Amino acid sequence: MSAGGGGNDVQWCFSQVKGAIDDDVAEADIISTVEFNHSGELLATGDKGGRVVIFQQETENKSQPQCRSEYNVYSTFQSHEPEFDYLKSLEIEEKINKIRWLPQKNAAQFLLSTNDKTIKLWKISERDKRPEGYNLKEEDGRYRDAATITTLRVPVFRPMDLMVEASPRRVFVNGHTYHINSISVNSDNETYLSADDLRINLWHLEITDRSFNVVDIKPANMEELTEVITAAEFHPHQCNTFVYSSSKGTIRLCDMRASALCDKHSKLFEEPEDPSNRSFFSEIISSISDVKFSHNGRYMMTRDYLSVKIWDLNMENRPVETYQVHEYLRSKLCSLYENDCIFDKFECCWNGNDSVVMTGSYNNFFRMLDRSQRRDVTLEASRESCKARQVLKPRRVCAGGKRKKDEISVDSLDFNKKILHTAWHPQENIIAVATTNNLYIFQEKVN
Amino acid sequence: MGTGTGGDDSLYPIAVLIDELRNEDVQLRLNSIKKLSTIALALGVERTRTELLPFLTDTIYDEDEVLLALAEQLGSFTVLVGGPEFVHCLLPPLESLATVEETVVRDKAVESLRKISQEHSPVDLEVHFVPLVKRLASGDWFTSRTSACGLFGVCYPRVSSTVKAEIRQHFRTLCSDDTPMVRRAASSKLGEFAKVLELDYVKSDIIPLFTALASDEQDSVRLLAVEAGVSIAALLPQEDLEDLVMPTLRQAAEDKSWRVRYMVADKFSELQKAVGPEITKNDLVPAFQNLLKDCEAEVRTAAANKVKGEVLPEDSRETIIMTHILPCVKELVSDTNQHVKSALASVIMGLSTILGKDNTVEHLLPLFLVQLKDEYPEVRLNIISNLDCVNEVIGIRQLSQSLLPAIVELAEDAKWRVRLAIIEYMPLLAGQLGVEFFDEKLNSLCMAWLIDHVYAIREAATCNLMKLVEKFGAEWAQNTIVPKVLGMANDSNYLHRMTTLFCINALSEVCGQEITTKHMLPVVLKMSTDQVANVRFNVARCLQKIGPVLDSSALQAEVKPVLEKLATDQDMDVKYFALEAISGMYLFNLPTYIFSETFSFSSILFFFFSFSLSP
Repeated sequence: MSAGGGGNDVQWCFSQVKGAIDDDVAEADIISTVEFNHSGELLATGDKGGRVVIFQQETENKSQPQCRSEYNVYSTFQSHEPEFDYLKSLEIEEKINKIRWLPQKNAAQFLLSTNDKTIKLWKISERDKRPEGYNLKEEDGRYRDAATITTLRVPVFRPMDLMVEASPRRVFVNGHTYHINSISVNSDNETYLSADDLRINLWHLEITDRSFNVVDIKPANMEELTEVITAAEFHPHQCNTFVYSSSKGTIRLCDMRASALCDKHSKLFEEPEDPSNRSFFSEIISSISDVKFSHNGRYMMTRDYLSVKIWDLNMENRPVETYQVHEYLRSKLCSLYENDCIFDKFECCWNGNDSVVMTGSYNNFFRMLDRSQRRDVTLEASRESCKARQVLKPRRVCAGGKRKKDEISVDSLDFNKKILHTAWHPQENIIAVATTNNLYIFQEKVN
Repeated sequence: MGTGTGGDDSLYPIAVLIDELRNEDVQLRLNSIKKLSTIALALGVERTRTELLPFLTDTIYDEDEVLLALAEQLGSFTVLVGGPEFVHCLLPPLESLATVEETVVRDKAVESLRKISQEHSPVDLEVHFVPLVKRLASGDWFTSRTSACGLFGVCYPRVSSTVKAEIRQHFRTLCSDDTPMVRRAASSKLGEFAKVLELDYVKSDIIPLFTALASDEQDSVRLLAVEAGVSIAALLPQEDLEDLVMPTLRQAAEDKSWRVRYMVADKFSELQKAVGPEITKNDLVPAFQNLLKDCEAEVRTAAANKVKGEVLPEDSRETIIMTHILPCVKELVSDTNQHVKSALASVIMGLSTILGKDNTVEHLLPLFLVQLKDEYPEVRLNIISNLDCVNEVIGIRQLSQSLLPAIVELAEDAKWRVRLAIIEYMPLLAGQLGVEFFDEKLNSLCMAWLIDHVYAIREAATCNLMKLVEKFGAEWAQNTIVPKVLGMANDSNYLHRMTTLFCINALSEVCGQEITTKHMLPVVLKMSTDQVANVRFNVARCLQKIGPVLDSSALQAEVKPVLEKLATDQDMDVKYFALEAISGMYLFNLPTYIFSETFSFSSILFFFFSFSLSP
């Protein structure tokens, strides 16, 4: 297997499903973010209940090669609690908006998690020893008679069952007036950015009481507000470069070397609108819901409501590739507007060697778009295909005209089942796909 | 040691301390760690080495504050493990502390390691310490490699030449580490490491590393290299600077990233010192001009702070500033950024001493005047706060016509913090402008502040009066300010009446006994019948305060009856402060009474009791 490569000749098969298998979905269990760490050994999910669950990949077992991608629960903790802002009379949801792993710095693992307002740095560490031996009491807590103490005892560490602890190390508060939509760790390993609807702040990972505002698009008069920031990300290698996308479908690239305030962008990526496609919904569907740099740093991918675009950082006037995710919905925009689905924020991700991208759709479908062969496939995360190592069958949606065999009619798509969050293992062909409250893990079929 | 003696009571406190090393309460663990030396002393050197230290080595799971305290303690633990002979026993716990993720803990562990490295014999250093440094330097995690960077410098001078070569090799490797964290650590320790290296190796080893780090892809690494460049330049002979260091420094001053240029501007004085006057004149001055004109305000701010050019060669300093720096300064005066202007305002006055009287009048004075009219109060304040520099050169009179409107405007600024700031410069201004000018122009301002609606301003104004009297003397006080202060005692606003009392508190001592007794005391006493309780109890406090200035007859005849009356006031607070004043004052004056014939000690006591017993 080529590391993380493979186009659509990869056969995806079911590996695991996490979460309750019943139709009654508790609001708190809805998965709100999925993220692999840099080695792919750990997979974190955040949910609307403010919890973070971390899965660990089982160490390779030679006798059962098919089990190599089994992810099991490693640690679960409550990252955020619901709060109330008394000054503004606002409830602050505990929902985890984003999780970002830090590059590993020592034996422990670190991640940033954020809800609408507060970013937290968590340490996940293992402990396999504990101290034993007291002077004044027995190990079970009974006190000894102080008069019988004739010598001093120093406690000793003894091995114990492995314990995984998650502890909050830093809490970054009061940096945002609006809702945080993105966090991104800089390649310098000491700073990260956080973006809300109108501002982007730069933080030092060790300093919690102040951050630098690098972008502020808030107009003096809020009535003049025409666009908001929807996502932001640092370049994977160039510590001075970051991009942010807007609700108007533009992406701005900023160079922090040029000045301390990045109100003036260095590059503006924007595709001229096709006048023939113009409609009432044009502006809404051109809003970018996610932006991701490729691993090599040459490209970036943006997701809007109907398409995925890939931009070369050296070409600002149009994307180098455009993929339709579910073009058949163009005729349905009116009803999607009525049921608010048109505002869904789909995310997207690259595979390990940037040759394939993945993004979600409705009806628990997700799309694999192969860049080199210009081929795409629609797969489904469903309980019907929950048999171990069962190969996923491509799905087709009838785009009008006569419905062929195996095709699904647009009208029978379930818009309540949507895949917003997906993640691709950084090296291998293992993907994590979040349906409402289930996390599906698929992997390349090994023969 | 107490270990052998059975059923020893003295063991109990130690036993508690040891048990609390693993208490669930962080505060208790912290307390125990801070008394680690007591525990070690009780255990004795042998058990400290064999039991306590292994336990501590494994405690790295603890909270940061506990680990920080532990790292610090271990730095002075040598005696407790048996002296320099056994100092290497401290290495394992410090090694594990040097790999934790918290920077403060790691830094403290490195600091302690550096400290105890000096207590190693040369042999132990090579047998125990250097291997530890190498282990850290080749550790899997970057936390350990960053810690290693700080340790090379302390062992290098004391090891054999083979080991020296190894150390240099390790340092080289870390300078090109994959992670920016390690390169930053290496970059920040490069200067320090260069200092302990032989000059030949500085040229052959350090210079290439410096050049590489200064062109690192990460801004954060490059900017640290600037500081290293300063240290390295100081080590090299003058003739090598041009070839080895200057190209890199020149490049840094023109770096694409403003943060790097900022660093150059910020370290400019040190840089000048390190490269000497010749290079400064030919090379750094043009670079500095560019920094003053930089497109990023942060850089201009840092550069503006350095316009005085302290290290320029004595003979050409004036010319250089006149021809090269001053034109840039003239532009900065009308910069768009307030921080740039305010940085400039805080140093621009210093130029006058360098440029002399004529140049100051011709070139600088117009700039001062522009800055005195700046829209940002901070800029104006910075000019005013540095007036003394100009006063020495041209005398302040030249400025006074423009100064006055600026002061008046600041004095009436809508922001009380601005008003507060200008009040603090009043004594300085008064001293330089002279009493005449002050009386004429500024006195009314000082009085107006006394009735400001912000308490902090009234308080500062009171304190200001005291300082003015210290400058101008009691007679001046009596003629100009005392009448006005006392006049406020009849004000209809009780806050203003209280201000009178606060002023008297501040002024009585500097004004002396005569003025206090003759003029102030009657007013205070009269106010004891004020209808507002706050005023009355402040009368009590005021009397206590001015008591020491008054003579004893006034105290007896006038103050005592009033205090006695206040002590029976209906208001609880008035009563409290009156009693407090009575006890405070008589205790204060106790020695005088004891030795005077009219009073005996017992009568004072009686006097005392009669008050405290009265209902």
